[in-house]
Amino acid sequence: MSVDSKPLIEIRDLSIGFTNRAQQLLPILRNIDLTVHAGETVGLVGESGSGKSTLALAMMGYLGNPLKVLAGSTSFRDQSTFDLSARELEQIRGGELALIPQNAGQALTPTLRIGRQISEALELHSKVDEASRPARVIELLTQVRLPDPAALVRRYPHELSGGQQQRVAVAMALAGEPDALLLDEPTTGLDVTTQAHVLELLRDLARETGTAMVYVSHDLGAIARVCDRVVVMYAGEIVLDGSVRQVLLKPVHPYARALLASIPKLRDASLPAALDGRPPAPGDAGIGCAFVKRCAMAEDRCATERPMLQATKAGERVRCHFHEKVAQLAAPGPGQAVERSTLAQAPDVLALDDIAISYTSPGILDQILGRQASDTPTVDDISIVIRKGETLGLVGESGSGKSTILKAIAGLIPTCNGSITFNGDELLKASVDQRGKDQLRSIQLIFQNPDDSLNPRQTVAEILAQPLRLYFGLSGQELHDRSVEILERVRLGGHYLERLPSQLSGGEKQRVAVARAFIAEPELVLCDEVTSALDVSVQAAVLELLNRLQRELGTTYVFVSHDLAVVRALADRVALLYQGRLCEIGPAAQVYGLPSHPYTEVLLGAVLEPDPDTAPVLSADDVVELSPIARGCPFQRRCPRRVGDVCDTETPPWQQAIGKHAIRCHIPLDELQQMQTGLA
Amino acid sequence: MLRMLLRRLTLGLITVVLVSIIIFAGVEILPGDACTAFLEREAQGKLLENCRRDLGLNRSAVERYIDWASGAVVGDLGVSANGQKSIAELVGNRMKNSLLLAFCALSVGVPLAIFLGVVTALWRDKPIDLFFSTAAIFAMTIPEFVSATVLILVFSVWLGWLPGIVLTSANAPAAEFFPEIILPVIVVAMVMTAHILRMVRTSVIDVLASDYVRMATLKGVPYWQIVFRHVLPNALLPAINVVALTIAWLLGGVVVIEVVFNYPGLGRMMIDSISDRDLPVVQAIALILATIYVTVNLTADLLTMIANPRLRTHHMRK
Amino acid sequence: MSATLLPAIKNRPHDRFIGMLRGVMSRPSGAIGLSLVVLHLALAIFSPLIVPYDYREISAALMLNGPSFEHWFGTDHLGRDIFTRTLLGGREAILVTGIATPIAVVWGGFIGIFFGLVGGRIDEFMMRIVDAFLSLPWILKMLVLIVTFGTGIGVLVPTLAFFYGIPVIRIARAATHDVVARDFVSAAKARGHGRITIIRRELLPNVLDTLMVEGAMRWSWMLLAFSSLSFLGFGVSPPTPDWGLMIADARGFMSFAPGGVLAPVIFLSSLIIGINLTADSLAKTLGIDRIQQAPA
Repeated sequence: MSVDSKPLIEIRDLSIGFTNRAQQLLPILRNIDLTVHAGETVGLVGESGSGKSTLALAMMGYLGNPLKVLAGSTSFRDQSTFDLSARELEQIRGGELALIPQNAGQALTPTLRIGRQISEALELHSKVDEASRPARVIELLTQVRLPDPAALVRRYPHELSGGQQQRVAVAMALAGEPDALLLDEPTTGLDVTTQAHVLELLRDLARETGTAMVYVSHDLGAIARVCDRVVVMYAGEIVLDGSVRQVLLKPVHPYARALLASIPKLRDASLPAALDGRPPAPGDAGIGCAFVKRCAMAEDRCATERPMLQATKAGERVRCHFHEKVAQLAAPGPGQAVERSTLAQAPDVLALDDIAISYTSPGILDQILGRQASDTPTVDDISIVIRKGETLGLVGESGSGKSTILKAIAGLIPTCNGSITFNGDELLKASVDQRGKDQLRSIQLIFQNPDDSLNPRQTVAEILAQPLRLYFGLSGQELHDRSVEILERVRLGGHYLERLPSQLSGGEKQRVAVARAFIAEPELVLCDEVTSALDVSVQAAVLELLNRLQRELGTTYVFVSHDLAVVRALADRVALLYQGRLCEIGPAAQVYGLPSHPYTEVLLGAVLEPDPDTAPVLSADDVVELSPIARGCPFQRRCPRRVGDVCDTETPPWQQAIGKHAIRCHIPLDELQQMQTGLA
Repeated sequence: MLRMLLRRLTLGLITVVLVSIIIFAGVEILPGDACTAFLEREAQGKLLENCRRDLGLNRSAVERYIDWASGAVVGDLGVSANGQKSIAELVGNRMKNSLLLAFCALSVGVPLAIFLGVVTALWRDKPIDLFFSTAAIFAMTIPEFVSATVLILVFSVWLGWLPGIVLTSANAPAAEFFPEIILPVIVVAMVMTAHILRMVRTSVIDVLASDYVRMATLKGVPYWQIVFRHVLPNALLPAINVVALTIAWLLGGVVVIEVVFNYPGLGRMMIDSISDRDLPVVQAIALILATIYVTVNLTADLLTMIANPRLRTHHMRK
Repeated sequence: MSATLLPAIKNRPHDRFIGMLRGVMSRPSGAIGLSLVVLHLALAIFSPLIVPYDYREISAALMLNGPSFEHWFGTDHLGRDIFTRTLLGGREAILVTGIATPIAVVWGGFIGIFFGLVGGRIDEFMMRIVDAFLSLPWILKMLVLIVTFGTGIGVLVPTLAFFYGIPVIRIARAATHDVVARDFVSAAKARGHGRITIIRRELLPNVLDTLMVEGAMRWSWMLLAFSSLSFLGFGVSPPTPDWGLMIADARGFMSFAPGGVLAPVIFLSSLIIGINLTADSLAKTLGIDRIQQAPA
């Protein structure tokens, strides 16, 4: 891509903020200087509160309700965006400058058909005449690799899957033949494999059409795949701007460095380094460097003097007083290794035997019509044994049943077959109502979203008091002391007792959830995607916390996640689920190595590492699974290594590989190994 | 979708049956029956026994219920305790009049309410919104008999533009009710419009703040096109249900208005028959009103199902 | 994990109450509304002490006089002082509805929350019954009972409380459904807390806000019903002063003595509007999404 001398988008000293109820002026963006040339793909990276989405929308001249421009300007093709009239803005938006939104499902109008919505974009921004529009719509849908476009145009948004909706959003943006695309976290919420496909599409489009792209994301892996240039934002400022190789491989800003170090990597079986603290709230950045409170290299000057964006010899821009020192540091090494306990002698804590769970039960009308419960259960044939002190990772995409299994262990969902044994010989009753207090205490559940799993009307003290009262009958001073003790264990401290969840950050809330689980002194802790709703740097801190608690207390974990790198960091053994059935189970090192079940292969291939030199391997098509589940092997419809009819008709047998590693496939393991090694 | 339709119909039917049972049981539980009410102080001894035998009140409750219910289904609502007239006849005229009132109010009120609801939402917090929203609050909260009285005071007594009382007889043809019907229609429409207006306003404001309207803006769709193509079809969907609910309220609220204006409708008849303790008539009217309510709700649900694409087709599994 | 010491945080229940009060008063509509309500409540309590005349005192000579120095609002068709009767006119209404509203909200709320939590077939069946009840016009239901058992507080309070509690069931149930779906309730279930504990500690605090706003609205609709009943002659019995009754009586003489109608109209309307404005403002303060409903 040749870089034009005249910038397409030019932002000069832009500051945007709002006035709060107390009449204070709070900035969201401060002194942004940024240019984007034609054909460039720029990644805008930051965590929550960095202001990256606000910046992207500002490029389109759009400010959310309370926001206003405090200083500076942004222009598109030399025209100051905020000075344009409504008509002029309408012409540019969706035309030369188009947005691909974050949650396409919400961003498409529910009452209009897909074809109509894309047609609208053509009507407004292209010269295609009315008669030729339907054909052009089909062309666009084909360009974004959607199957059966002719049928798709008549559908409504809610009839499409997440991945399909996202592609439609891309097609809609392309309709106006834009010079620049703004992408606001376009792959959030999509499955790992779908995400990889959508990103490939975006990358190819950028190459083919020469469109400039501004890609906003917190996911450095996605950015590594699509962008040439990366801009890192922190607390409303640009702190680093360089080529993708410079920023991701040799970052010269302490925040960028710490951020990269906190991302779990597939190759490292180690815990990423946690970054303490949280970004300052708008208006709290102080007079010095915004990162000073969390920076390992901070000196006195950093607290009193705000660094300016400087150019480095390598052509980057960085906002740090000591960036040269940072440049001297070695590349961030692997994090601390997780101590694996000697598991061979440990007794069994949990044994799942032939568990099946079915979600759908017949309603009244169905019962009148004589229909039975579905023949194909949501989850089937699950047999797993978990030892004391180990961490079992349960991995799968959406629809894999991993959370369902966890909830069944917790007793929230009934099983329709099989049994669960606890601590060797106790039978775990299916429902919470039937379990004894001791069993209830020993098994604790931590949820994904801390906003939802803490009662907004209860203080931290009350949240912690509940299990103490229920399981130990504590009250008064004893209760208070135990609560303070657990809060200190999770590195929060007693002064958090009087706070309400709304007064805590995401990471703090999740720590409270962890504290609540551990205050019951459980033997088994079930973690349901506990890091997925958190910022990357906060994730690392929670993982470190979980690991430390396990070391100190010998707790057993069942850790559910869709993120393979996170599971790699924490788990001793890993089980993979597809459509509610086990595909592969074994020690982490073996499962992540070869041979692999074909699904594991696909998943691992689709993982995006924050490394521009790696590329995902897309072996399976991005196809939406139909229900009911296929007979025979559940993966038959997408399997790149399908051997024939046997996959369609017979359930694959369990095959044992070395080291207690089992794979469920029709292909003999040594053949599988050879095929997979040949490719790798 | 057919399944949903059937389901909805069945539920509606069950509700009507339940209501009929409640009505019947309610009347049963009350002390006294049609005979004691009719005979009043003479309700004792032989006289009472004979009366009961004549009216069939000496049979079991279940028997009488089945009799009544099966009759109602074919349109025979029995006879009034007062003079033994066919209830169906008595009610027919009154119902026609009430429906006339309701129909006029609806045809004026609903379009106006939707229009004003949209306008106040689009020009939110501007003078026009403040004016109509405040007016709506007033119209909604002040009891109907109060607004009716005030309107009569202003338009009939002080200005003399409209008649303040309805003198036309119950079985007169519809046309004869003008211009007497104008004030009652205004009062009914006022309250109805206020409710629907507020609801439409909230709905439009919510939709204006939605992700897809923001997307349309960022797609460069001109403002008025967004309003007509993206906002209104989504914002007006819930309006169908609110209109239904308001109609349902109408059935009760119109009673007071009929009394104030002396309008010969079903509501007036209901009050009169309650005062007279004419229980069969009360039962019959209750059943009619309840059935209308359930039917209106059912129609609203069906219309919503047709209008809302999300209910028409199946959701994609993620 | 930063150990920054924040100032002592006030999260007690009475702080919440003060917060709500502040929120309501901070909006002009809320301030006006609350002031009107407080004014009427004060009037209801203290009016007997300040009225110049006995409300029963009839005088043939003074019938239907206009406003004068002795009678600020004039006299009604029986020669009674309208000013006195108007000031006293809200007492019965506020007393009856003031007792009936909390009863309605409590019983309706309790049933609604319970069935919202239990779910399943019982819940569906219950809702069919509720729907059936709601399909009958309110006035019909109440009149039937009143006519059978007579008027008077002993009948009016339970009747109003019963019939106006039914819509509360729906609202409480809907609010409960919203809360039950959230993870913290599942977390409590998973811990093994009993149903009562879950209702008390997890549901109620979150549903209470909705119930409070609903309670305020119920009160205004009950007042509306009460005054309508009085107007029709089925509520308060004469000679008790009551706004609805006064309007009914004075209606016939509106053309030449409008004061008899205007005074009670203004007082009644101002109370109901005041309650509505307060409820609206409260809903906004608490962040409750309310779609206006018809006063079923």
